[in-house]
Amino acid sequence: MALLFDGAEWDFQTLDAIHRACEEIAVGEFGLQVYPNQIEVITSEQMLDAYSSNGLPLMYSHWSFGKRFARDEVLYRQGYQGLAYEIVINASPCISYIMEENTATLQALVIAHACFGHNHFFRNNYLFRQWTDAEAILGYLAFAKAYVAECEERQGRAAVERILDAAHALRPQGIHRYPKRRWRLAEETERARARREHEETSYDPLMRTVPNFRTGQEPPEAREQMETAVRARLRLPEENLLYFCEKHSPRLAGWERELIRIVRVLAQYFYPQAQTKVANEGCATYCHYEIMTRLHESGRINDGALLEFLHSHSSVILQPDLSDQRFSGWNPYALGFAIMRDLARVAREPDEEDRAWFPSFAGNGDPWGVLRDVWANYRDEGLIRQFLGPKVMRAFRMVHLADRSADPDYRINDIHDEDGYRRIASLLADQYEPANLAPLIEAADVDLFGSRTLKLVHDSHRGARLEGELAKKTLQHMQVLWGYRVCLQERDAETGRVLTEYASA
Amino acid sequence: MVIVDRRANPQGKSLANRERFLERVRGDVKRAVADTIARRRVADVDVEEEVRVRVDGTEEPSFATTAEGEHDYVLPGPGTLNRGDRIRKPQGGDGRGNGRKAGRGSGEDPFEFTLTRDEFLNYFLDELELPRLARTSLMQERMSKPQRAGISIYGYPSALDVRRTMRNSLARRIALRRPDKSALERLEDRIAAARAAGDEEELAQAEAALAAARRRMARIPYVDPIDVRYARHERRPQPATEAAMFCLMDVSGSMTEHMKDLAKRFFMLLHLFLGRRYERVHVVFIRHTERAAEVDEETFFRSRETGGTLVSSALDVMLEVQQARFPRDRFNLYVAQASDGDNDSADRARVAHLMQGQILPIVRYFAYVETGADRGAFPHHAGRRTSELWDTYESLADEHEHLAMRRLNDGAAVWGVLADLFAKSNRVPA
Repeated sequence: MALLFDGAEWDFQTLDAIHRACEEIAVGEFGLQVYPNQIEVITSEQMLDAYSSNGLPLMYSHWSFGKRFARDEVLYRQGYQGLAYEIVINASPCISYIMEENTATLQALVIAHACFGHNHFFRNNYLFRQWTDAEAILGYLAFAKAYVAECEERQGRAAVERILDAAHALRPQGIHRYPKRRWRLAEETERARARREHEETSYDPLMRTVPNFRTGQEPPEAREQMETAVRARLRLPEENLLYFCEKHSPRLAGWERELIRIVRVLAQYFYPQAQTKVANEGCATYCHYEIMTRLHESGRINDGALLEFLHSHSSVILQPDLSDQRFSGWNPYALGFAIMRDLARVAREPDEEDRAWFPSFAGNGDPWGVLRDVWANYRDEGLIRQFLGPKVMRAFRMVHLADRSADPDYRINDIHDEDGYRRIASLLADQYEPANLAPLIEAADVDLFGSRTLKLVHDSHRGARLEGELAKKTLQHMQVLWGYRVCLQERDAETGRVLTEYASA
Repeated sequence: MVIVDRRANPQGKSLANRERFLERVRGDVKRAVADTIARRRVADVDVEEEVRVRVDGTEEPSFATTAEGEHDYVLPGPGTLNRGDRIRKPQGGDGRGNGRKAGRGSGEDPFEFTLTRDEFLNYFLDELELPRLARTSLMQERMSKPQRAGISIYGYPSALDVRRTMRNSLARRIALRRPDKSALERLEDRIAAARAAGDEEELAQAEAALAAARRRMARIPYVDPIDVRYARHERRPQPATEAAMFCLMDVSGSMTEHMKDLAKRFFMLLHLFLGRRYERVHVVFIRHTERAAEVDEETFFRSRETGGTLVSSALDVMLEVQQARFPRDRFNLYVAQASDGDNDSADRARVAHLMQGQILPIVRYFAYVETGADRGAFPHHAGRRTSELWDTYESLADEHEHLAMRRLNDGAAVWGVLADLFAKSNRVPA
């Protein structure tokens, strides 16, 4: 078969040909299911732009994005930081940004990686299906941008920034961790309008009726009854603080609630990505590796291109070990790729050990079927718990490092051997537990009949403590949203003993 | 599959965010701008050079945990570790940082970014509180004006040169023998005549001729793209000669650093202004105590002399330099003088004489700023609290409207002394 390209040069026909060749392999041979692709060629400056707004093509205006841009730009100009080869957006059609300065080989790599690997994952993984609405995200972003701009015009930039700053600070606590219902982003615009209308025609008596009880003339039973009723409406405890403020904050205006909602919707949109880094990158990396190999086998790319690809590929999956200067935690590309490759091998040519570990699919001869199932139904935590095999643990020479604040040393408690495999897999899976992504802080109680102070609670598990300075500053932001004083209790999760109390000023 | 080329999209999508960010770190930016002004030479105010801003205070806090407590990590090992091995924790900070978690959320590293030329100028002019209009005229590149420059085969419809286009069209139609309306009419008459005469042969011939003429007419257009001509315009820089700018400053001991800094901003602003109007601006620095000398910029701003004050000495040197190097028929002359207002009272008559007789007639603008902060802000109400030099100039200012004078206490007042100049700036310098 003819070469797709020769040398580094490419044009739009080349991209088209590469895309078609990859599609034949990915969809035809590997059975991937993808959204239609849209490839956008951009400059490095545009790539920096996209970086600063979390990789989204449209974003509302906020100074923090400008700051990110200014910082990334300097790092990039001075050569401390390269740019990603691509950015891919979970939307339908699936948009992949590729940079103009990439060589033809890199473009092929990017197309195989993003347009097929990530795209397949976005379309099939249960978390994305549950939480994100690929058809509507671009429309929603346009709405959010316009809405924020309109608020700035009506209310002034400072007032809008005050709310956005506060909501950004609480973004990690603005997520529903368990599905309630799927977002329908297309309805959001309509809902924002309805909120304004509703507000103009009615008011929420929740907090306003309360002061009547201050007179103390009511019978205590009535008061208690009222309190129970209000509490029931607040549905405490609530771990999604942004949701809680949006719904129940006594002081916010409608547009302020809507701004909180925008921040919340976007935080939720990114939530699946945070839980599936290893699985998602593993899927994309394995796909590009297999597709590029097939392209070379079938004579569509030459040896030079293959070597260039392998050079990029091996630097992408580089995993320095913990004694290495460059070590900075796990590289999700490396870990994901190793697991996927191991699973495919187990399906194709298992040995005794594999049969014992993975009896359900070892040797079933259908590696792509196994992988497609893994990609559709697991997030990182489940993937590692169930599919991290002993060979991968040995390849990375995994160790279990125990860090106790009383102990001046780290201790090695387990290593990659017969006794250690199970514990290592399970502990590594715990590391990817979504609860560990951000401290879990709940709204526990509101002083309904007094100062209206909101009480937050952080349960300290195994001695993990909040950073005090940051906690105070963040509480200050929480107060902006709640409208009254906010205090935070840090409790020992086992004994319930109160460890620290912070309060907003 | 769709491929979209986004490279041509408008750049600077994040400008709105950048503006908001700059607003947020205004304090840091101002400091950087002030440093840069102190470092830059007067003539270099608006060069394309990076202005680095160091940012310390834009925290985006959120809840984060410390390294305290019990943590278990599974990590890639070097292959030499065994159960029960111990690794020393990195010692840093209060000893509880474990390297991996330190820095996560806990404050932020300060970082540097750079300002563009326009952003820098904006901040510079901000401090001087320049009116919007004056600012736009300063921010734009050198003045230019569209001028007719021949004809072109490309252009905007509005620039279509109808006469020339039609001339080409006519020449082409004649050359290609395109039948015109009257020719068709003649043929039609011929047909009608032949039909009336019943001459079959003539009728057939005439009809064939008419059909041929119609075809020819359709094939050769009335106006062809090759006929079309447009008037071409070019942006030509305004005819501008050179300007010479004399910076005069009293450097006797009574001038403080603050006064000098104000003076520097004043000189810079004038230079910026002149730089927009003239192709080249020569800057001459003359400092004086009781003696005056032409010096380089470094010495001008840095050095300090002791001695009395004779303003006339500076004016003498200025005139010398002017006569030697900047003849008034080739240069537009501007003088900017900064002083604390002290002068020997015996010198008064000589200063007035020099100004009136020799300097004011030849300069386009003479701007004087007095940086003595402690005199009353309202000289007329404060009795005899004005300075010697101020009095001298004030007597001249009534007759000469291109002599401007102001007292300066802070940057915002610098603008005032140049205000008249800016007001006139819409007129093109002759």
